[in-house]
Amino acid sequence: MAEPFLSIQHVRKSFGATTVVEDFNLDVAPGEFVSFLGPSGCGKTTVLRMVAGFEEPSAGKIVVGGKDITRLKPNQRNVGMVFQAYALFPNLTVAQNIAFGLKVGGMPKPDADRRVAEMLDMIKLPQMADRYPYQLSGGQQQRIALARAIAPKPKLLLLDEPLSALDAKVRISLREEIRSIQKKLGITTIFVTHDQEEALSISDRIAVMYGGRAEQVGTPFEIYNRPATKFVANFVGTLNVLEGKVTDAASGKVQVNSQEVSLKGKLNGSKSGDTLSLALRPEAISLGRQPGHDASLSGEIAEVHFLGSVIRVRVGIGGNTVSLDTFNNSTTPPPVVGDKADISFSSGDMLVLH
Amino acid sequence: MKSGRFWAWFVFLMGAAYFFIPLIATIEFSLRMRRGVYSFDAYKVVLGDSQFQATFMFSVIVAVFTILLGVLIVVPTAYWIRLRLPQLRPIVEFITLLPLVIPAIVIVFGYIRMYGSNSPLPFLGSNLGANALLVIGYAALALPYMYRAVDTGLRTIDVRTLTEAAQILGAGWGTIIARVILPNVLIAVLSGAFLTFAIVIGEFTMASLLNRPAFGPYLQNLVANRAYEPAALSIIAFVITWGCMSLIQILSRFAPKSANRPN
Repeated sequence: MAEPFLSIQHVRKSFGATTVVEDFNLDVAPGEFVSFLGPSGCGKTTVLRMVAGFEEPSAGKIVVGGKDITRLKPNQRNVGMVFQAYALFPNLTVAQNIAFGLKVGGMPKPDADRRVAEMLDMIKLPQMADRYPYQLSGGQQQRIALARAIAPKPKLLLLDEPLSALDAKVRISLREEIRSIQKKLGITTIFVTHDQEEALSISDRIAVMYGGRAEQVGTPFEIYNRPATKFVANFVGTLNVLEGKVTDAASGKVQVNSQEVSLKGKLNGSKSGDTLSLALRPEAISLGRQPGHDASLSGEIAEVHFLGSVIRVRVGIGGNTVSLDTFNNSTTPPPVVGDKADISFSSGDMLVLH
Repeated sequence: MKSGRFWAWFVFLMGAAYFFIPLIATIEFSLRMRRGVYSFDAYKVVLGDSQFQATFMFSVIVAVFTILLGVLIVVPTAYWIRLRLPQLRPIVEFITLLPLVIPAIVIVFGYIRMYGSNSPLPFLGSNLGANALLVIGYAALALPYMYRAVDTGLRTIDVRTLTEAAQILGAGWGTIIARVILPNVLIAVLSGAFLTFAIVIGEFTMASLLNRPAFGPYLQNLVANRAYEPAALSIIAFVITWGCMSLIQILSRFAPKSANRPN
């Protein structure tokens, strides 16, 4: 990575005896869009609030553009932020809300008016300048909040679950709008979310957090396809986890419910006799033996759920259950519960979880 | 259903009678100064009395300063308690309630002992000082009403998020209170101000013992020595009170509507 624009170094945050963020490290390149993804209480918002200056780290430092901002007050950091609850000032019109940061920064009125008009055009709401927040929908309010955050040209944009309070349709259109504005302005952005689809769809990189630590930092492709830990694998996407036993470490042989699977080159550090957690994404599995798939397991159809365009099938393999989806085909009847069935997959798609 | 409606009307009419009969009786009595006919003589006497004008104006000015002092003390305090020290809220609420349980006469005697002309802070050594002390005393008396009104107003907005939104946009504490918090609790502040006004206009004990030319002592003097004028004065005070309440209603139409809650 080039010289990082934002560098979070060995940051820790404790509230009394409770540590909510532990040794958090992250470098963000200029113009990069990084998402903090994790369940509630994983510390993602706390890290964001430390970058904003609302919380002071118990240890470590935060550097933006080569300058240590760890002890600076929020109003001295030149950082923009969008909140989950919009946080528009109810007593001010849309234009006054957007101009708030410009006025506080001492920008002359004609320049501020020009910048407000520019921002309203950018979020495609030029006709809303004189409205009050209560006269706008949730999606419109959040776009105004985004314009207000960007108007003073901050060095860094922080988005704290900005889409959580919106309905599904608005959420999708707004996340695309946020990404396109971010790309256009080239502003370095941190986006906090607990929604994996959101994070996967708009981020350059994702930091998956758990228990106050970054479990894995990587591109959406890496996070989804090569999860580094069991937590990441389970949290991001749907995953089938099978328990297996290494029978021959040298040749990569693993036994799953008395059936052998070859995982050559994937058993780094494992010894014969070790027990492993193996993971397979549902989309990597086919019902029946398919050409191109070099591994298969036999089991019994345990459940069949007809969902319209797809049929979700659960296949029991010994003590393990594997879930997979098949497309609905009007000429082929769905599998029957209790029937014997084979599943096949490419051994390269099987993940070994540590 | 019909029986329920009957009792609802019955309770309503009883309440209305309890409120309006003494009021109508007072109005009727205030108009009987001239023997045998109704007239506004009592009102003319009261309104034409230079003492009435002087004491009323004095109390209005004291009320305005009391409201300003109350706002300056209460708004930042209630805001800070809500934002940073919520654990202190029960203690602060208890302190603000003290003026309700400590009689005004106790407070004023304390003032006289503490701030007499021989004390290190001789407020009572000059008229200006005594007036300032009266304003301070009234601000303390109005504290329970002002604090509660402002605190209730603060409860209706997301104080923390609005504060953080303003901070991240570069605002300091002064700007946040003046441009974000105060405008959003304006109606609550006005309610507190109205109650403060009502307390100050009618207050007798402090004004009398600090020997201030206020409306309360004038009212007391009039009640002790006249018959019809006190009734006229009560009606005038009633009209002023209702005028203030109407003003709050009108102003509340211009108040910002909260839109901080997500849909």
